[in-house]
Amino acid sequence: MAAPMLRGRCLGRCWALACIDSGSRHGRGAATGFTSSGKRGQSFVAQQPLLTAQKSRKGEHKWAAVVGLEIHAQIASNSKLFSGSQVHFAAPPNSLVSFFDASLPGTLPVLNRRCVEAAVMTGLALNCHINKKSLFDRKHYFYADLPAGYQITQQRLPIAVNGSLAYSVCVGKKWRQVITKTVRIKQIQLEQDSGKSLHDELRSQTLIDLNRAGVGLLEVVLEPDMSCGEEAATAVRELQLILQALGTSQANMADYEIQRQINELENGCEILNETRSFDYKLGFMPEPNLPPLLLYDTASLPAGADPQQVINIDRIREQLPELPSETREKLIQQYGILPEHSFALLNEVGLLEFFQNVIKETRAEPKKVTSWVLNIFLGFLKQRNLAVNESPVTPSVLAELLNLLDRKVISSAAAKQVFEELWRSKGKTPSQIVSERKLELMQDEEALERVCHAVMEGHPQVVMDMKRGNPRAINKLIGLVRKVTHNRADPTVIKEILEKQLSS
Amino acid sequence: MLGRTLQEVSAALKQGQITPVELCQKCLSLIKKTKFLNAYITISEEVALKQAEESEKRYKKGHSLGALDGIPVAVKDNFSTSGIETTCASNMLKGYVPPYNATVVQRLLDQGAVLMGKTNLDEFAMGALGSDTGGSTRNPAAHCGIVGFKPSYGLVSRHGLIPLVNSMDVPGILTRCVDDAATVLGVLAGHDPKDSTTIQDPGKPFMLSSLTDVSKLCIGIPKEYLVPELSSEVRSFWSKAANLFESEGAKVIEVSLPHTSYSIVCYHVLCTSEVASNMARFDGLEYGHRCDIDVSTEAMYAATRREGFNDVVRGRILAGNFFLLKENYANYFIKAQKVRRLIANDFVNVFNSGVDVLLTPTTLSEAVPYLEFIKEDNRTRSAQDDIFTQAVNMAGLPAVSVPVALSNQGLPVGLQFIGRAFCDQQLLTVAKWFEKQVQFPVIQLQELMDDCSSVFEIEKLASVSLKQ
Repeated sequence: MAAPMLRGRCLGRCWALACIDSGSRHGRGAATGFTSSGKRGQSFVAQQPLLTAQKSRKGEHKWAAVVGLEIHAQIASNSKLFSGSQVHFAAPPNSLVSFFDASLPGTLPVLNRRCVEAAVMTGLALNCHINKKSLFDRKHYFYADLPAGYQITQQRLPIAVNGSLAYSVCVGKKWRQVITKTVRIKQIQLEQDSGKSLHDELRSQTLIDLNRAGVGLLEVVLEPDMSCGEEAATAVRELQLILQALGTSQANMADYEIQRQINELENGCEILNETRSFDYKLGFMPEPNLPPLLLYDTASLPAGADPQQVINIDRIREQLPELPSETREKLIQQYGILPEHSFALLNEVGLLEFFQNVIKETRAEPKKVTSWVLNIFLGFLKQRNLAVNESPVTPSVLAELLNLLDRKVISSAAAKQVFEELWRSKGKTPSQIVSERKLELMQDEEALERVCHAVMEGHPQVVMDMKRGNPRAINKLIGLVRKVTHNRADPTVIKEILEKQLSS
Repeated sequence: MLGRTLQEVSAALKQGQITPVELCQKCLSLIKKTKFLNAYITISEEVALKQAEESEKRYKKGHSLGALDGIPVAVKDNFSTSGIETTCASNMLKGYVPPYNATVVQRLLDQGAVLMGKTNLDEFAMGALGSDTGGSTRNPAAHCGIVGFKPSYGLVSRHGLIPLVNSMDVPGILTRCVDDAATVLGVLAGHDPKDSTTIQDPGKPFMLSSLTDVSKLCIGIPKEYLVPELSSEVRSFWSKAANLFESEGAKVIEVSLPHTSYSIVCYHVLCTSEVASNMARFDGLEYGHRCDIDVSTEAMYAATRREGFNDVVRGRILAGNFFLLKENYANYFIKAQKVRRLIANDFVNVFNSGVDVLLTPTTLSEAVPYLEFIKEDNRTRSAQDDIFTQAVNMAGLPAVSVPVALSNQGLPVGLQFIGRAFCDQQLLTVAKWFEKQVQFPVIQLQELMDDCSSVFEIEKLASVSLKQ
């Protein structure tokens, strides 16, 4: 099944105009339009008719007055918002188009229950007030990928209003300090997505694919509470995680894409789709074919109501899954890991699960596991541009490796070597690799002492340096001992022995 | 046989007095003879005969589907019919063959009805004859001496009805007698999951009871409907009808619908606004007419729509666009919605005061001759002819026109009954009683045909006039 994308159609509207210094406020004209490729789904389009961010000082981009953001997330549902055609990514063009989607005359919209539930869930997760009555409207404009000549949306009375989104920003040196910020949510509304158009300049034609026309969208409108691009990006990222946790939207969008688009906003460049003709300044018209959407809670549920026909907000609230902020808190409590690590664990799809599976099977300390997962494991994934579920190393295998490390069977350096090998050659267990390459730490302390003694004897000059207090000298000796022992001795232990022998 | 009621024909089919195929052929023959009337845009001869054959098989086995099995029906060309061209009498949809049936069409076919073809209408049902939306089931019925019934809004599915005004459109039923209308309603009414504006009740066939005692009935006569333009003949028929009820024991009282005079203008604003919206889909891209221009999308839209729509349609779209502009929306559209609420409340108040059914004229006069008709422009015409029928659509109420008598010129005149929302059965029961009292003469088709054959000049005139 497909993975609908978070199609950030991120519209920046200037809510409060304010100059920073002086400087022109005019947004520029058209920039890149909706030229499409498969990537369109990932493009996060920002539309800024008025103020853009101003460069106040060299290199610093501050938004004094800010752009509110509108984010469109495709709802993860089997069928479209108002028709029964399927929702799939990457299906052959125009293969998922019902009569209604093609706007055949006489067809009528029928509201998809799952989409309403997704909207309610999202509204609740974002602390919104859910409107028990909401309305649908038609927003008119002419564009090839909008067959009916209007989009059905919720302008007058959307399904959820007045919520908030909390997100955390890492500040201070080394991003150690985490502070929580909030952005207000103006509203969440249900609306139809449009189709896709491909402009073929060569043949002077436009190709239209209506597979996406009519797919349900959640439009989340954020108030202009964010004061820089970083914050905006972080807030959006958090929203993404929430939607994914709820299952209401796949919301797949690469971090870099969010940042890139926010950057573009900051640079005063509007990713504006001017080709839509908003010349038609028609207002909204109520959608006459859809009665008001009525939702209930347990108190207001009509007696004997058919559960198939009604939606109970309370029930949905009870069934809300754990949100990212809760999950992070639990991780910190349960494993004593640092806040910024809890963020990192949730920031990659499947990483948290991986982490938890490793923890289950190892006796190593959570902090150790965290470090390995976030630094080494994640590093390997990123280098090779892989997702967690594509990793050749499974949680069990990593757990086994960490156990070996924990029992001091191997050194840290050796563990890294083993990990590299595990990545390359499947099917071998860590123990196998350790024994094949003779990476076990020397357990025989006496033998090690003899080696240390021998090395010290063989390098009197270095020993002299050591006695004189040269800190580098001991490292040289450690290196020599390691060489002799084929790296099978724990450097910390070597150091201890050398120091003991020196003092005696 | 062709002059009989649905129930009579149905009985005849059951008894084998006539077969569905014979009946179908007779109909087709008459349609062909009256071709000069241009009543049909598409005659679905092959489909009809095939359906008739299927029906015949069922009758032979004794497995007829019901009262509509084998009965010839015609459907206005703004209902979507699968595999049969559906044009709304517009260039814009010339050649458009839908891939699906409107729910009402499907329900008729499921009962074994035989589809003779798609009948003519004003382009997108926007003519002076009115629309399903303002009276175009009742007006023609009154002019032609048949029963024209408009059900309550929400009772019959609009899925597949190419919309004019979604909030007012209702599929209407035209039959020879009230019982027939009830039979068809029983087949069509009821919840359709494809139309979110239909009521939840599933609907089922029903028989109208024969009212004998009207003494418990209260008939309302709206005084605002007594307008100067009302012809004296129609006025007299109206008056006589009221007296008839009174003499049979019913209570007949004068009532007031104070906002009646605003309904035309209100209707105009709402209708054009919805039309502008509904017509936005006709861009030539997915279906229907597309012009040859391919310089740019905008140019293509403009040319396609200019070529595809006639003046009336374009005029209404422009008017609607005007009312929907952001700066005008509150002053026109919203205001009109408020006025609509007032008009609907007028009816609610009247019905709450004990009135069961309202009695009004259907049209201002008998049918006006063509040459006189074309003297006025479309808007004036609409304004005049829909005056009695249109408020009903704004209030979503059921209404029926029943033929009452022939005028001095020998043309039919009808009167309208308006009922409470979703009390369609009660309304039809009263209408049936009235029909029985009045004994309107059944049209003698043979005579008519004989007359027609000597008037072939009409053929030329008719075909010229109906092209817009």
